[in-house]
Amino acid sequence: MKEVDILIIGGGSAGMAAAAAAYEQGSRSILILERSDRLGGILCQCIHNGFGLHRYKEELTGPEYARRNVDVILERQIPYMLHTFVLDITPDKVVTAMNPQEGLFQIQAKAIVLAMGCRERSRGALMIPGTRPAGVITAGAAQRYLNLEGYLPGKKVVILGSGDIGLIMARQFVMEGIEVKEVVELMPFSSGLTRNISQCLNDFNIPLSFSSTVIEIKGRSRVSSVVVAKVGPDRKPIPGTEREIECDTLLISAGLIPENELSKAAGVQMSPSTKGAVVDDNLQTSVPGIFACGNVLHVHDLVDNVSAESEDVGRSAARYVAGQLPDSDFSNCIPVREGSGVGGLVPQFISHANAEGTFKLMFRPRSIYRNAAACVYADGTCVARKKAMVLTPGEMCEILLDHAAVQGAETVTVKIEEN
Amino acid sequence: MEERQFICINCPMGCRLTVTLEDGEVTSVSGNTCKRGEVYGRQEATAPRRVLTCLMRAANREKPFSVKTSTPVPKELLFRCADQVYRTRPNAPIAMGDVVIHDLCGTGADVLATQDLA
Repeated sequence: MKEVDILIIGGGSAGMAAAAAAYEQGSRSILILERSDRLGGILCQCIHNGFGLHRYKEELTGPEYARRNVDVILERQIPYMLHTFVLDITPDKVVTAMNPQEGLFQIQAKAIVLAMGCRERSRGALMIPGTRPAGVITAGAAQRYLNLEGYLPGKKVVILGSGDIGLIMARQFVMEGIEVKEVVELMPFSSGLTRNISQCLNDFNIPLSFSSTVIEIKGRSRVSSVVVAKVGPDRKPIPGTEREIECDTLLISAGLIPENELSKAAGVQMSPSTKGAVVDDNLQTSVPGIFACGNVLHVHDLVDNVSAESEDVGRSAARYVAGQLPDSDFSNCIPVREGSGVGGLVPQFISHANAEGTFKLMFRPRSIYRNAAACVYADGTCVARKKAMVLTPGEMCEILLDHAAVQGAETVTVKIEEN
Repeated sequence: MEERQFICINCPMGCRLTVTLEDGEVTSVSGNTCKRGEVYGRQEATAPRRVLTCLMRAANREKPFSVKTSTPVPKELLFRCADQVYRTRPNAPIAMGDVVIHDLCGTGADVLATQDLA
């Protein structure tokens, strides 16, 4: 069986940043496994700009940001395999994978970095009733068909969900001559960035309906229309509010779900809040030597943060292999709890491995708060307070904490307090 | 006196800007949390501009490649610019950063490839 020190699953922004950082930390036994025909991950199909403002102080398009990371992998000659699909990971860190050149093979790793990213919520997951015609497609799939293959998904589109991917595609569709009739959003607010509402919808007078959803898809071989209805506070359709919109495409942009089939196979403990792995402050999972970073751990808004987080993980994985970081042990950690207003909290445990330095707590507000503060309590004492004009589910929050501030606490709680 | 509201698009904060104008001249910008927001507010109220990112096709390849304008172009010319991009078919191979159109629609902006096309 092949052996490698650090095996990285996924060659996107997270995987590449982890690999480069592991290399900088001194590791020379690294392997990236990537299922696609190229490194770069999802950014290869994100041809719009807005990436890299924090990390590179420049506004780059997705492919340009990806290229910077690929160049580092190539310069350092970090090994990677393309067209390689991982089928299984065991708790002993044996990875089973396959590709056209090698067929089926196994690798024993000393440390594994999970960097598989996300999948999209589909029509099936939303259980939208109606017929099953062609023309029902998720936003990311449409983005791939259009930007990588050159196919228009349709001519008259209704978009379900005001997540960023749907908003970005709305703008691109308009530029390509497709009619975007409406964006329909279940919640009373958008989960997308405000600036995307402005530059993708408002700029082109595309209507956005809140507290609404698609309750039926009609059409025989192709979508002919969708039925939209208003929903109440229980998010159930309100009878009598139905209206039919003629279209040939329903674009679904209803959320991203971390891709964790492999994590579960490895016996990694999962968080129902993030849909990603439960981790400690080194982003090590419940299985010793298995780490997670990027969208597979929790869905990010900015790739700059994915890169930063993944660099931390690359360093941690290298230190782990070198015997400088102990096995994860959640029973011997301080639990971090989601208090009022806080969701998607990472990390869920603070280990005693690091007595010094700082670490980041990240979470998503559960709703929109104005003039509020994100507060961290170590038992009953507030140890950190971050004020913000607006806290919204569309934007991940970060609080930097000193390890010293929480050592000795029984529990750490993060909550939102309004002024 | 005219008051207009915009959402700044420079970064994910999305600050809500209020710009006041007197006879078409900007007299104040508020709501921004950084200098870029003030600059954006002034520009947006007088002559809004956007960077165009879209696809282009090479004459000798099936798959498209992604491009962007080197600087923002006037918002009212966006569709005309997209049309010129659509009608221009350079030859592959193309390298990231190559100028595929000079002076798009007379705006002074170039169109640059944002990926390699082998």
